Amino acid sequence: MKLNKTTLTIGAVVLLILPLIAGQFGNAWVRIIDIALLYVLLALGLNIVVGFAGLLDLGYVAFYAVGAYMFGLLASSQLTDTFPGIAAMFPHGLHTPWWVVIPLGALLAGTAGMLLGAPTLKLRGDYLAIVTLGFGEIVRVFMNNLDAPINITNGPKGITGIDDISMFGVHFGKTGSFMGLEFPKVTNYYYLFLALVLFAIMVCYRLERSRIGRAWMAIREDEIAAKAMGINTRNLKLLAFGMGATFGGVAGAMFASFQGFISPESFSLQESVIIVAMVVLGGIGHLPGVIVGALLLSALPEVLRYIAGPLQQLSGGRLDASILRQLLVALAMIGIMLSRPRGLWPSPEHGKDSTPDTLPVSPHMHLAPGEQIPPVVTHIKPDAQ
Amino acid sequence: MSETVLKVSGVSKRFGGLQALSEVGITILKGQVYGLIGPNGAGKTTFFNVLTGLYTPDSGTFELGGKPYTPTAVHEVAKAGIARTFQNIRLFAEMTALENVMVGRHVRTNSGLIGAVFRTGGFKAEEAAIAKRAQELLDYVGIGRFAPYKARTLSYGDQRRLEIARALATDPKLIALDEPAAGMNASEKVVLRGLINQIRNDGRTILLIEHDVKLVMGLCDRLTVLDYGKQIAEGTAAEVQSNPKVIEAYLGAGGH
Repeated sequence: MKLNKTTLTIGAVVLLILPLIAGQFGNAWVRIIDIALLYVLLALGLNIVVGFAGLLDLGYVAFYAVGAYMFGLLASSQLTDTFPGIAAMFPHGLHTPWWVVIPLGALLAGTAGMLLGAPTLKLRGDYLAIVTLGFGEIVRVFMNNLDAPINITNGPKGITGIDDISMFGVHFGKTGSFMGLEFPKVTNYYYLFLALVLFAIMVCYRLERSRIGRAWMAIREDEIAAKAMGINTRNLKLLAFGMGATFGGVAGAMFASFQGFISPESFSLQESVIIVAMVVLGGIGHLPGVIVGALLLSALPEVLRYIAGPLQQLSGGRLDASILRQLLVALAMIGIMLSRPRGLWPSPEHGKDSTPDTLPVSPHMHLAPGEQIPPVVTHIKPDAQ
Repeated sequence: MSETVLKVSGVSKRFGGLQALSEVGITILKGQVYGLIGPNGAGKTTFFNVLTGLYTPDSGTFELGGKPYTPTAVHEVAKAGIARTFQNIRLFAEMTALENVMVGRHVRTNSGLIGAVFRTGGFKAEEAAIAKRAQELLDYVGIGRFAPYKARTLSYGDQRRLEIARALATDPKLIALDEPAAGMNASEKVVLRGLINQIRNDGRTILLIEHDVKLVMGLCDRLTVLDYGKQIAEGTAAEVQSNPKVIEAYLGAGGH
């Protein structure tokens, strides 16, 4: 896909003023966009594991949790309340700066990703999905129960009072003003998340078109053939798990700081499933598709609030709005998968970048003048002996 | 005297009660097309899989280009210099023809994550070299114009050729082709024979496992015939053809 300068400029301007326009209708709208951006970050990370390397991971939310708790613990009063020793070391409270916590969260999540990857290397498909699902639950249950005997995570009550991020003198939690415009917290975070998402897109885009990315895709397509081409599938799978988890960790840290509160409830299996759904629904392995999928599935339930409400009134209150909303989301997903089984925006039938727009769909139509059409051979696979 | 590319000896492999291979050994010289034939179930594919690290042999010594190697991990064997194709074509179906061959360069290149993310100069140069070499190889096997198409959209014969191009991309000391003519019609076989000849004439060494005796006899410099896991004959095509044991294995004892 070629982007020309005009499209890029228009896109950039729209992205820059979007929160200012949405803010006119209330900060709740900007908040929806913020959360959608976080989901884009998560979906992009999961896409490395599921889309590029073809490893179905149903416990991805665990890395989100790891990042979030990392931030929560290092930038709130949770640890200083529990451990007098730490309180003594930090008389002004534990407020670790972002440039320590975010890389640390990414590193920790990446390590957790590799730890999960190591025992699952020989598993594929359904079996891998079950193990990763279990891993995701283990992390959540841990967070839920690590309040006794020593209160580390505060259990189901969660961690409150998590710091807002402040970098380069800009305090993201406070409303600032610039050139006569008001920048409330949600708008500040919008720009932060947008920058992260753009960085993540760049990383994914470049990885896809690299030696490592091709090796991942080779593993996805045919692991035995990939090995026969000299690809060390063990190391590359671990790398995919680690790399994907890193994105989750950063998104988690952002989430913790944005919400100011985290509890194990935010990291349920449901979340993992939704993120997988975003990747699959959008177009597995195709970056624009994954982004669209994430935006759609995170924004759709919010938008449907405005439809489910009136529907509830129409039915005289017999239909519950929240259930109706879930029903509509489910119906939308079924509808999309029925009409577009490869996702909303799947990778194109023929190649990427270098493909000219005029390329015919079948290779045999791409002949020089006067060239003979090669004989069409049906794909008969000989039986193995 | 030409140098030895592959020298294996005493290779045995047992699956439960079945002695799939017993004391098989071959020596392939540089520039040779070496054939491995035998009736169904003779152990050709088993031998092939042992050689390329897919199965662990019970015994045997292995030497590639004068250096001993242990076929324990498939990717290590590829790195050591044996590239293979598969009896049932195994391409990366959703990747383009060019990308398929580019994957073949993986083992001879080394840029990593950091280079890819920051697009370092070294990364860009290497990436350009990979793409250039891949296109050259596609042209070499005669499917250069299909470079931007997904592998699965290619015809059967072209998929074979793509697989060979991908194997060539690993700069192998030995190319091992597992029944490349399987499922091909007569005219495709002629093209395939031309391609194998061309690869040999360019100084490469080929191990050919084949069912099609006609193809093998016309192409191979030397042959080994397997039957029930045993090596029943070794020599030039003419020698093997007149060997009574081979005739017996193929046509049955007692004659007609």
